[in-house]
Amino acid sequence: MDGMQGMQTAPALSQAARAYALPQQRRRLWRGGLQGSEYTWAVAFCIPYMAIFLAFVIYPVLYGLWMGHSPALYQQLWEDPIYRMSIVNTIVYLAVGVNVKLFFALLLSGFFMRKRAWVKAVLVVFILPWAVPALPTFLSIHWMLNSQWGLLDNMMWNWFHIDGPQFLDTSRWLALGSVIVSYIWKWMPFWTVILLAGRMAIPQELYESAEVDGASGIRQFTHVTFPLLANLYLICTLLSTIFTMGDFTTVYFVSGGGPALTTNVLATLGIRDAYTIAEPDLGMAAVMTALPLLIPLVLILMRKMRTAEVQL
Amino acid sequence: MSASVATGGVRPRRRNYRARAWLIEALCILLGFVLVVWSVLPIYNMIMVALQRHGDVFTSSTYPVNPTMNAFWVVVTESFWYLEHFWHQYWNSLYMGAMTVFFTLLIASLTSFAVGRMRIRHGWIVTNAALLTYVIPATFLSIPFYVIMTDYGMVNNIWAVIASLVTFATPYAIFIFLNYGASIPMELDEAARIDGASPLQVYWRIYLPLMAPAMVAVGTYALLLSWNEFLYQYLLLSSDSSMTVAVALAQFLNSDESPWNLMMATAIIYSLLPVAVYYMFRSKMSAGLTMGGVKG
Repeated sequence: MDGMQGMQTAPALSQAARAYALPQQRRRLWRGGLQGSEYTWAVAFCIPYMAIFLAFVIYPVLYGLWMGHSPALYQQLWEDPIYRMSIVNTIVYLAVGVNVKLFFALLLSGFFMRKRAWVKAVLVVFILPWAVPALPTFLSIHWMLNSQWGLLDNMMWNWFHIDGPQFLDTSRWLALGSVIVSYIWKWMPFWTVILLAGRMAIPQELYESAEVDGASGIRQFTHVTFPLLANLYLICTLLSTIFTMGDFTTVYFVSGGGPALTTNVLATLGIRDAYTIAEPDLGMAAVMTALPLLIPLVLILMRKMRTAEVQL
Repeated sequence: MSASVATGGVRPRRRNYRARAWLIEALCILLGFVLVVWSVLPIYNMIMVALQRHGDVFTSSTYPVNPTMNAFWVVVTESFWYLEHFWHQYWNSLYMGAMTVFFTLLIASLTSFAVGRMRIRHGWIVTNAALLTYVIPATFLSIPFYVIMTDYGMVNNIWAVIASLVTFATPYAIFIFLNYGASIPMELDEAARIDGASPLQVYWRIYLPLMAPAMVAVGTYALLLSWNEFLYQYLLLSSDSSMTVAVALAQFLNSDESPWNLMMATAIIYSLLPVAVYYMFRSKMSAGLTMGGVKG
């Protein structure tokens, strides 16, 4: 992408990390500190943000914890086979979806490093799934996978005379697989661009000297590219896992939790319990069971972002 | 292959190298082709279905047999009962997006000015708050958020959705502004201060104009965020007058035999604005600036 050359190429996460590290530097840049009314101004400038933080983050978080505090709710959840299935689905969704997506993104970012005009044109098209809003594309995929009139089924029938599988209607794993592929389709372009920015920030001299030393393409990848990208890759994995845990739209529109409620993940199950079944406390308890995974990930991520701004 | 190995020497090796380069080039072209097909297929499906008549959707063709703009016409003239309020809904989406952009830019720029430029004491509390918001899945908060909004009678009020969107867009905006603001020389602020400018004047006359590129990028990001968001709109907006296009689109699925051509035509019209905005400001959005766009 155009904006990625030069100093602006600093990868996304390092930007967030550096911003985060800023206040730790004890340099007071408004010389002499804030004087008199200036301090009042500064506090006033922060008030709008702190107000929305307290009203729309802290208050709902506390309210949510209170809603889901009763142990009886977890008992009730555990006895529900759909809930147990959702736990497994969530783990599969995170483990397969996030890792496959990022692994392909890493490989594809190498492809997009090629300095050809047509490769740049492919990138423009490749970014399209990210630029188009999620809801319309997932609706389109849902219809594409229709076992009778969907585009995929029609293609298989017209070109190869194969009667396509029932993607969403019968098999749990086929439906979950469809959801995961849709998820990868939607988000892989974005992470490819992030990793591409990371690769672009690696000084070209390193590759030149590796070549002089006789390193082949694969060894250049394992000995130069990957060690330098490893930290960024790890942070991407953590962030992506956290974001994907809250993913509602993909499952809701591609499989709708079907067939027979077998492909729900915690996010969709929580919303289902809270609204369709009209038990908000139960829904809150369902999403709160993600906390044992969410909290450690957040702590590791914050630590990573605080100590090492992504090293490149 | 065997011949070149047998003869050895400079020329055959070069030919070997050239053959390999060709092979790699061919594989790359193949990969590029696969990527284009992969990326475009669901979007092609959207367009194809939108160009068909209702009856033609339920056939086994892979291209529009009798392409017609009829579905688009039905949508823009609101002549289908699901689409009676289409333009009103579109206005709601637009209003929600514009307000989200405005308040995200306003609040994040004020905060980043106080934390990054004025270096307010305990500024770390603000950045930690932002980071915490950034890593909480919005979906998980939607349940208590909905209950709270019900208590305050804010259901079917578009401002409830705007509040949630601003809450989740601001943290990333603050990060970007802090980072971008660090590249603006502090001497400008100092000079203005010596000339007797108040902090508000420094913010308005010096900080904001210099932050324009970051503002464009963050504004685009906030707009895309509001266009991508579905859950909060779905939960909070259900009346005819408050509904947005996203909610209306999802409603199509409730009917027994959904009019897929109309649905896809609506989806395309809904997608046009963010796609146009994204490709227009693409050069302004370095990879880092788009980071928040994946928040679930």
